Amino acid sequence: MNDLAAYTTSTGEAFQFWVLGTVAVVGALGTVLMKKAVHSALSLAGTMIVLAVFYLAQGAYFLGVVQIVVYTGAIMMLFLFVVMLVGITAADSLKETLKGQRWLAAVCGIGFGILLIAGISNAQLHSFAGLGEANAKGNVEGLAALIFTKYVWAFEITGALLITAAVGAMVLTHRERTERRHTQRELSEQRVREGKQVPPLPAPGVYALHNAVDNPGLLPDGTPSALTVSDTLRARGQVRDVSGEALDSLAELEQRSTERLGRKEVGK
Amino acid sequence: MNPVNYLYLSALLFTIGAAGVLIRRNAIVVFMCIELMLNASNLAFVTFSRLHGNLDGQIIAFFTMVVAAAEVVVGLAIIVTIFRSRHSASVDDASLMKL
Repeated sequence: MNDLAAYTTSTGEAFQFWVLGTVAVVGALGTVLMKKAVHSALSLAGTMIVLAVFYLAQGAYFLGVVQIVVYTGAIMMLFLFVVMLVGITAADSLKETLKGQRWLAAVCGIGFGILLIAGISNAQLHSFAGLGEANAKGNVEGLAALIFTKYVWAFEITGALLITAAVGAMVLTHRERTERRHTQRELSEQRVREGKQVPPLPAPGVYALHNAVDNPGLLPDGTPSALTVSDTLRARGQVRDVSGEALDSLAELEQRSTERLGRKEVGK
Repeated sequence: MNPVNYLYLSALLFTIGAAGVLIRRNAIVVFMCIELMLNASNLAFVTFSRLHGNLDGQIIAFFTMVVAAAEVVVGLAIIVTIFRSRHSASVDDASLMKL
C-alpha cells in the first residue's frame, strides 16, 4: 500500500465498507422516513458515526475525530435540544399542500441519484494515489501546514463567520420583555385577591412502586387530583394514574392463591 | 475494492438527503437532511483527497464542517423563533410573510 499508486484497498477495509456502508444508508433512510423528529435525529447520528469511521479508514484521522466531536457531539445535541424545545410529539403532517408533490419529489430524487452515480461510474478509475506520502509526517501536521499557509485567508474568514453566527443566534433567540416581571410578593397578593389556591400546590402522589412527578396524588374520596401534576404534563396528556395498580395486582395475587389452594384441597 | 465505492456511497447519501428535503414538511427534519447532504459531500472530499494523494480535499471538508456548524446554529435559532410565533415547526405553516 505504500506504493505511489495502489489498485485496490485491503480486504478488511472492503469488508468494513460493505457492512458500515449498509448501516449508513439505513440510517440515512431512517432520517428521511421516520415519523418523529427524535428518531430521525438518532438515525442521522448513527450515519454520522459511520462516516467518521470511514474518514479514519481513509487516512483522514483529524477529520474523523472532528466529525465525532463536532457533528455527533455538538450539532446533533443541538438538534436534540431544539426537538425537545419544539416538542417531541410534534409529528410531521401527512397532508400534501401541493398535489402529488411527494411522488414528484421521490421521482426527482431517484433520477438525480441515477445521474450522479452514472456520472461517477463513467470516470473509470483504476489506480489511486493513496495518502501514504501526504500523511508521512502525520495527518494533523500536514493539515496544519496547509491551513496556516495556503488556506490561511479562508481560515481567518472562518473566524468572522463563526462570530457572526454566534451573534446571529443570540439576536434571533433573544426576546425583549414587554412588561415588568412580577415580584414574588405581588404574585402572592394576587393569589390572595383572586382567592384560588392560596397555599402551595399539593405534591404528586407517592405509591409503593411509583413516586415520579407524573403520578397524581389521591383526594380523600380516592379520585386522582389534577392539581398535583404540573400543567405541562397535563397539557401533553402524560399523567399516569397508578392508584389502581396496587389493588389490581393484590386482587390478582389473591385470586391466583385461592385457585392454587383450592386445587390442592380438591387433590387431597 | 476500489475507493470509488466511497464516492457511490456519498452520491447515494446525498440523493437520500435531497429527496428528504423535498419530501419532509417538518423544518427540523428538513434541516437534518441538509446536514446529511453536507456530510455526504464531505465523504466525497475525503475520498478525493485519498485518490489524489494530497490533503487539500480534507481541508475543504474541514471548512465545510465549520460552515455547517455556523449554519446549524443560525438555522435552529430561526426555527425556534418561528416556532415561538406560530407554534408550529411545519414549513407549510410558514407560507405567509406575517402572522
